[in-house]
Amino acid sequence: MRRLSPRLLCAATLAAISAGVSGAGGMDGAPPGGLQAKIGYCKDCHGPSAQGYRGYFPIPRLAGQQTEYLENQLRAFIEHRRTNNIMFNVAHALNPATIAALAEHFRNLNPAPIGGAPRELVAAGKKIFEDGVPDANVAACAACHGPEATGSGQIPRLAGQLYPYVIKELVNWGKERGQNPARPDISAIMSPVAHSLTKAQIDAVAAFVSYLK
Amino acid sequence: MNRAGLRMAIMAAICSAVAAASAHAESLAVRNCTWCHGASARGYTPAPSLAGQRYQYLRKELADFHARTRDNPFSRQYMWGAAANLGAGTARDLAAYFSALPPKAANDGDRELVAMGRAIYQEGKPEANIVACVVCHGPNAEGVAQIPRLGGLAYTYLKRRLEQWGEGYHAAAGPPMPDIAGKLSPEQVEALASYLSFIK
Repeated sequence: MRRLSPRLLCAATLAAISAGVSGAGGMDGAPPGGLQAKIGYCKDCHGPSAQGYRGYFPIPRLAGQQTEYLENQLRAFIEHRRTNNIMFNVAHALNPATIAALAEHFRNLNPAPIGGAPRELVAAGKKIFEDGVPDANVAACAACHGPEATGSGQIPRLAGQLYPYVIKELVNWGKERGQNPARPDISAIMSPVAHSLTKAQIDAVAAFVSYLK
Repeated sequence: MNRAGLRMAIMAAICSAVAAASAHAESLAVRNCTWCHGASARGYTPAPSLAGQRYQYLRKELADFHARTRDNPFSRQYMWGAAANLGAGTARDLAAYFSALPPKAANDGDRELVAMGRAIYQEGKPEANIVACVVCHGPNAEGVAQIPRLGGLAYTYLKRRLEQWGEGYHAAAGPPMPDIAGKLSPEQVEALASYLSFIK
């Protein structure tokens, strides 16, 4: 991939040494420029409070997200389990200690949802979230994501997640997630669900969770 | 002031005088803009292309000029006056008009810097904490909603704009551009401006 320049190696070495001295970094040291600079870098796209952002592509909310979920997804980009060229590059510049520190930082943020979803879809979405779709054998979302949609472990928080992002993920589930046959992961649980929901049902449930605090 | 600058100043003086006198006639309002932005609205010297620019972005910028929150020198000098007497309806009509015109690439960047600019735009520089522009501005730099089209804008405009973020101008637009542009080296700014100037 990318050839490491002597300057970069030097910077990385210095960073590792200074992290060792201060005790602030993990085994691999702090990222070049420090953890705060890396947090700022994440927020350049994900929003100043990590509330998510509607760019050309919807950029997901990271605030309040489960740490295990975030860490697993960042690994998933690197291991080609989850396809996303941008995040593949981003994740490659993060060492495990930095990933853990970032996940902890974002876990503790709690900005209001950015909103913007059609309000008229919320009631139908609430019903799907709480009761599932029995005719299509779709379980209640709340069963795994929790009654408040806060998630647990590797199961993500959905509360406050961006409306267009949730739609994009559910529509593209089979093309974005679980893409490395050698490394099956937890995304397999969602495959039948995402496949069984109609687009109208996806829109509804995405609208519902987008307003949850 | 150089010759182009003098010409701009004279035009802007005329523009704001005319705009003040006639906020009602739509065709005249368009002509007020194209005095400086070019007869096809594809930009002229420091005045950026408006053709094909995003409707919501144009409306937001006109509102920012009106509120005097877009604060770089050319904005103060020309656009504050031009937008001072612009009613909401006229601003909306102008935004609709210009956003519907076909854009055309300025093609005035340095071709040798295009590859470097493309790499930054499409992939970012993760090790330097520079994000990929494509995520917000789109695969073809077409922009969306309030996020501007960058593709085909003039090298000189893009370069100055990126430099100005780093110099503290346009801060009222809020995050993330001041932070992002402030991390770019002069060569990276030139590379991005070059790459974008050739995008059709």
